[in-house]
Amino acid sequence: MDPAQVKAWEARCTEEQPPACRAACPLRVDVRAMAEKMKAGDFVGAYAVYATVVPFPAILSHVCDHPCEAACRRAEAGGALRIRALEQACVEEAYGTARRVIQKARKPKRIAVVGAGLAGLTSAFDLAMKGHAVTVIEADAHALETLRHAYDETILPASAIEVEIGGLAKLGVTVNCRARVTAGDGPLGLDTLVAGNDAVLLALGARPASAFAEALRLNDSGRIAVDPETRTTSRPGVFATGLHERLGTAWSPLRSITDGRRAAASIDRFLQGASLTAGRDEETGTCLYVNVTAHAPQPPVAAAQPGGAYTHAEAMAEAARCFPCRCLECVNACAYLARYGAYPKRYVREIYNNDSIVMGNRKANRMIDSCTLCGLCAELCPNDLAMGEVCLEARRSMVRRGKMPPSHHDFALRDMAFARSDEVTLARHQPGHDASAVAFFPGCALAGSSPDHVARLYAHLCGRLSGGVGLVLDCCGAPSHWSGRETLHAEVRTGLVATWERLGRPTLITACASCLRHMDDLHPDIEVRSLWPLLAEVGWPEGARAAIAGPLAIHDPCAARHDAASQDAVRKLAAGLGATVHELGGAARTTCCGFGGLVTFANPEVADAIVDRRIGESDDDYLVWCAMCRDSFARRGKRAAHLLDLAFPAADGGDPAERPDPGFSGRRDNRRRLKVRLARDLWGDDVSEPADPSRERRLIIDPAVRADMERKLILVEDVDRVVLHAETTGQKLKDPRTGRSIASARLGSLTCWVEYEVGPVGVVVHRAYGHRMTVESSS
Amino acid sequence: MTPDAATVDLVCAACDRPLEIGRVVASYMGQTFPVDLPRCPVCGFVYVSEELASGKMLKVEQALEDK
Repeated sequence: MDPAQVKAWEARCTEEQPPACRAACPLRVDVRAMAEKMKAGDFVGAYAVYATVVPFPAILSHVCDHPCEAACRRAEAGGALRIRALEQACVEEAYGTARRVIQKARKPKRIAVVGAGLAGLTSAFDLAMKGHAVTVIEADAHALETLRHAYDETILPASAIEVEIGGLAKLGVTVNCRARVTAGDGPLGLDTLVAGNDAVLLALGARPASAFAEALRLNDSGRIAVDPETRTTSRPGVFATGLHERLGTAWSPLRSITDGRRAAASIDRFLQGASLTAGRDEETGTCLYVNVTAHAPQPPVAAAQPGGAYTHAEAMAEAARCFPCRCLECVNACAYLARYGAYPKRYVREIYNNDSIVMGNRKANRMIDSCTLCGLCAELCPNDLAMGEVCLEARRSMVRRGKMPPSHHDFALRDMAFARSDEVTLARHQPGHDASAVAFFPGCALAGSSPDHVARLYAHLCGRLSGGVGLVLDCCGAPSHWSGRETLHAEVRTGLVATWERLGRPTLITACASCLRHMDDLHPDIEVRSLWPLLAEVGWPEGARAAIAGPLAIHDPCAARHDAASQDAVRKLAAGLGATVHELGGAARTTCCGFGGLVTFANPEVADAIVDRRIGESDDDYLVWCAMCRDSFARRGKRAAHLLDLAFPAADGGDPAERPDPGFSGRRDNRRRLKVRLARDLWGDDVSEPADPSRERRLIIDPAVRADMERKLILVEDVDRVVLHAETTGQKLKDPRTGRSIASARLGSLTCWVEYEVGPVGVVVHRAYGHRMTVESSS
Repeated sequence: MTPDAATVDLVCAACDRPLEIGRVVASYMGQTFPVDLPRCPVCGFVYVSEELASGKMLKVEQALEDK
């Protein structure tokens, strides 16, 4: 896989972008995570999140200028989350519960911080947490002197300040007050500090520093000149906080803390000999997509207490107003994407890693083969990321490198080979014609699901269209495309073009949305049309009426997601039959039935989850216009009728929505029978009915055993071959307790075992199973 | 991969001999492993139970496919 392409795919997924609140916070407080914990009542957990990045929670939770609230997306749905009040409630309840672990510096250094304001103490805190020895020197009588006078006791209690200064002492930070540092080499001279420490930080606050004029370069305002990015001064090893450059900018505790943190990060880099500029996270903003309209407006929770402080219950209720901001548009809509517990950006990375493994297990193989390639994710993604595109490219890469697990697509490809075999294919002009203006290409799904509809529809088209209506029973090659077999797919396409040439280049009319997509670009001169708009033009047979009462929920095939002409035609055709139809969220957002992308074969559990989820969307019978969708719904017990079931009801008057899923064996039989029926009835060929092992009374298979065989992808004809082999050669086992025979035969890449009993009316099949591994006696 | 106890009661119909546990070779994806499975002592017909096929054997097959 192309790494540049992989990066481009990853970049389209915004799920890892920070929520707006976090992006707006200079300290990057993970408000989303805090709110999730607080709404569950876990204030201790929320505090741990807060205290991870906030050096003085007791102080900041009272006086933070909360830029997060202005960015909060909840503002668009009832009012921004009251984040500062939440933080205050959290700190009030859980202060001190988070254990702070000081890192062990490999080579502890000594740092002198001049100035015990918020910036200086934040630096001291951060550097102490890194395991360094920090001494703070303050000219005033107390640390945080400015802060003590800036707020009323009701807003910032002195106790909050004291508890944080006490916490700093516990980290081993020494604060020496009433000590004024000057330039020069006196006891408190800058030269002395530089000589006695590995680094010095001047956190002097917003004031001129003429005392240091000879020691450091000052700016035009007489303040220490500081590099705004790295907080370095003109003297190596001496750093300064940056407020000196920002006269005119309103002072804020949050900005001071951020300032001190940046200086500490520079000092730590300096002490390690690392670059002061490389890889510093200065990015602000976010492009996380949030579907705000999906959330009903809710006003903020009003605090009962004067002053606006929340009680525990109020804080929980307010935290519950956090959406939380996530994209997950595709994950929420797709059972496959939800299955693996992450989101596309991570999946793309896992898929790329899987592709790049030289030695070891490729753990994402099944995940790659479990995408239906239906395109719903791209439809929902704000950046049009199609996981199907990623998975298909990964499959092609796996096939190219011989790393595609054989079991994933083996059955499907054998089934495609059968659908392309002489046993079931046909390409002929309309009886009595020697040319075809158009050729009907029903697709192998319709032929396998309801051969009678193919025959009756073909007769109808022949009656309504002029110029000769040819018939092509064949496979469009979708399985080879879905399985990433490029060579095989090219071969299928070449064969289809040859067939089209042989029929005199007719316009192909297909009933299958997947065929339409796969044959659309077969050849520059091939025109492929959807059956449904054509049928809407020529009309139903006279007197056709919907053979079903009651409302129908329409499910469009995923391959026709963007085929508006067919979607409209199908709805008109249903209305023309008198059917009452309602939407299932619209065609553009339709889901796969689980068959797409061959997921039924590679991961039946995911395929079932996908179809079951769709089934759960309405209790009404489903109206479909893809034979495979209909069979998938029927297999999972959902009443579903094909549009053709309505127009061409079964002769026996059976309930069209109750037609059972023929299963893989049944579909093969139907295709065989269809070819014989048409060849004999329409073209007068002398052909006999194909043998059906289960109907010759040779094999008697209980429905439960048959369903089990379907699940294991074992065909009736496979069982027949095993029994025939055993009974012909005598190679079988006997179970003396039950009298049953047990036999096996290698069929392609599968060893098939059958447990059976030869009875008076036929062979009773008790079970069948298979394995791919071969076992042979070593002696 | 070990056989379950019930399988040893099976009899090879062609040789009319009860199966016995013996060393056989299992192969998949170019890998081979010696395993003990019930087999006919005369013709060497090896029995694989469904429990084995859908259990441990399937796990090994899948592990080899993902290598």
